[in-house]
Amino acid sequence: MARALSPRRLWLTTAAAWFVALLIFFPVLWMILTSFKTEPSAVAMPPQFLSADWTLENYAEVWARSDYPRFFWNSVVISVGSTLLGLLIAIPAAWAMAFVPGKKTKDLLMWMLSTKMMPAVAVMIPLYLLFQRMGLIDTKIGLVVALMLMNLPIIIWMLYTYFKEIPGEILEASRMDGATLWGEIIYVLTPMALPGIASTMLLNIILAWNEAFWTIVLTTTKAAPLSAFIASFSAPQGLFYAKLSAASAMAILPILILGWFSQKQLVRGLTFGAVK
Amino acid sequence: MSTQSSRLAARAMVAPSVVLLLIWMIVPLAMTLYYSFRFYRLLSPDRTGWVGFTNYLWFFNSPDFWLALFNTLALVGGVLIITVVLGILIALLIDQPVKGQGYLRILVIAPFFVMPPVAASIWENLFMHPQNGLFSAIARGFGAQPILFLEQYPMWSVIGIVSWEWLPFATLILLTALQSLSSEQLEAAEMDGASAFSRFRYIILPHMTRAITVVILIQTIFLLGIFGEIFTTTQGGPGSASTTLPYMIFKQAIAAKDIGRAAAGGIIAVILANIVAYFLMRGLGRNLEN
Repeated sequence: MARALSPRRLWLTTAAAWFVALLIFFPVLWMILTSFKTEPSAVAMPPQFLSADWTLENYAEVWARSDYPRFFWNSVVISVGSTLLGLLIAIPAAWAMAFVPGKKTKDLLMWMLSTKMMPAVAVMIPLYLLFQRMGLIDTKIGLVVALMLMNLPIIIWMLYTYFKEIPGEILEASRMDGATLWGEIIYVLTPMALPGIASTMLLNIILAWNEAFWTIVLTTTKAAPLSAFIASFSAPQGLFYAKLSAASAMAILPILILGWFSQKQLVRGLTFGAVK
Repeated sequence: MSTQSSRLAARAMVAPSVVLLLIWMIVPLAMTLYYSFRFYRLLSPDRTGWVGFTNYLWFFNSPDFWLALFNTLALVGGVLIITVVLGILIALLIDQPVKGQGYLRILVIAPFFVMPPVAASIWENLFMHPQNGLFSAIARGFGAQPILFLEQYPMWSVIGIVSWEWLPFATLILLTALQSLSSEQLEAAEMDGASAFSRFRYIILPHMTRAITVVILIQTIFLLGIFGEIFTTTQGGPGSASTTLPYMIFKQAIAAKDIGRAAAGGIIAVILANIVAYFLMRGLGRNLEN
C-alpha cells in the first residue's frame, strides 16, 4: 500500500524508521562492539564508543580455550540433520493433506500444532530417562531425532500451506500421463514446491540452531552444540564482558549471516504461508 | 480427484507423522502421569510407593504455585500485547516508502537469530547490570540512581527481553499483511474524508486480523514454555518473584530432586496449556478459516 509522500514527510518517516530499526538492532551491535574491546574498556564507565581500545584478543582467547569447531560442527549436524529428516517425513504427510483432504484434515493439523504446546520442562525427566535407556544421551543422533520431532508440526504446517497453493489440476494431468505416485511427488510436485520447501528448511534450521533446552539437557560434551557452548560462559560478573561477547558473537554469527542472506525466503517462511 | 486408492495412499503418507507425534506426545506424558502419583525422590531412593494426589496438593497449597501461574500468564499476555502493538506500529512505519527499506528489514529481523541464552546474557550483562550495564550508565549520566532491573522488576525485565526476541517475528508477519493491502481502498477512504484513525480502524486493522491471529497462535506456543531466558537471568528470583510454572517444575526436578512433584507440576502445565489452547482455538479458529 505504498503511497507517495511529500519530500519533507518522506525524510521524517525515513528518519523515524531508521531510528526504530537501529534501536531494535542495537543490543546485537553493542555486543559485537564489546567483543572487540579489551576487558577494561568493555566495562569502562562511562561506556566507550570511539575511544575504546580495540582488539581481536577475545576471539583468539575464546578460540584457544574452548573447542569451538566441535561445538560449531555439532550445531550444523544437529540443525541440518533434524531439518532434513523432518522434511523426509513431513513432505508426504503435507502432500496428502493438501491434495487428498478429508473431513478431519483441519483437526489433524490443529492437533499436530497443539503437541507443541506441551512445555518441554514438563516432560524433561521421562524423556531424559528414555534417552538414557536407549543410549542416546550426548549423541548427535539423539538430538537430531528430538529436535526433528519437536519441529515436525511446524514443518508439516508450513509445507501444507505451500502445497495448498499448487493447483491440483497439474497433478491430475500428470496422472493422466501415467505418472506413479512417487513419480508425481518427485518430478511434478517437488520442483513446484521447491521455494516453499526452501523457506521451511531455512526457518527450521534457525529454530533448531537456536534451540537451547533439549540441546543443553540431553548433552554433556561430545554432542553439545553452540547453545551449550554459550551456556558454559555464564556468570561473568563484569569480569569477562568482552570474552562473553566474543563467544556470543561466535555462537550467533553463522546463523545471523545465513538469515540475512536468505531474508526473502525466510520472511515468507516466517509467515507460515498464512499471510499473503 | 480422491479415488479409493489415492485416499488409501494419502493415509499411508500421513501415518508416519501421526504415529511419531503420537509416540512423542503420549509416551512421555504417560510416564509423567505415572510419576506424578508416586513418591520418587532421587535423594531417598529406597522409599517408593503410591502417594495419590499428594504431589498435586503440594503445588496447590504452595503460595509459590499461584504466583508462578500468574507469572506464566503475565509473561504470555505481556509479551503478546507488547509485540502485537509495537509490531503494528513498526510495520506501519516501515511500510511507508522510506529510504533503504531492505536494510531496515535486515536490522529489524536480527533479534530473531539470537539464541535465547545469548539474548538473555546480552541484556543481563551489557544492559541491565547495575554497575557495568549501559542502562545504569545512562541513569548516572542523568544523575539518577541505576535501576536494579533484575532485582526490583524481575518479571518486567524478563517480559522485556522476551518481547525483544519476538518483536521481529510479529513485525515481519504484520508487515507482510500490510503490504498486500490495496492502496486504492485507502485512497478512496481518504478522499471521502476518513481520518487517519478511522482508516486504520476500519480498513487496515480488519485486513490484518488473520496475520494478528497467526502471531498470537504461534507465539503463545513458544511463550508457554519460556525457560532459558529466566534460567540465564533471574533464576526465578529474587525469591520466587520471577518463577514461572516451567521454572518451578525445573526447580523441583533439578534442585529438590523430587521427580514425583516435578511430574505433577508437568501434568498441571500440560492441563494449563490445553486450557489456553482451547480458548485460543475457539477465539481465533474462525479467523484462520479459508
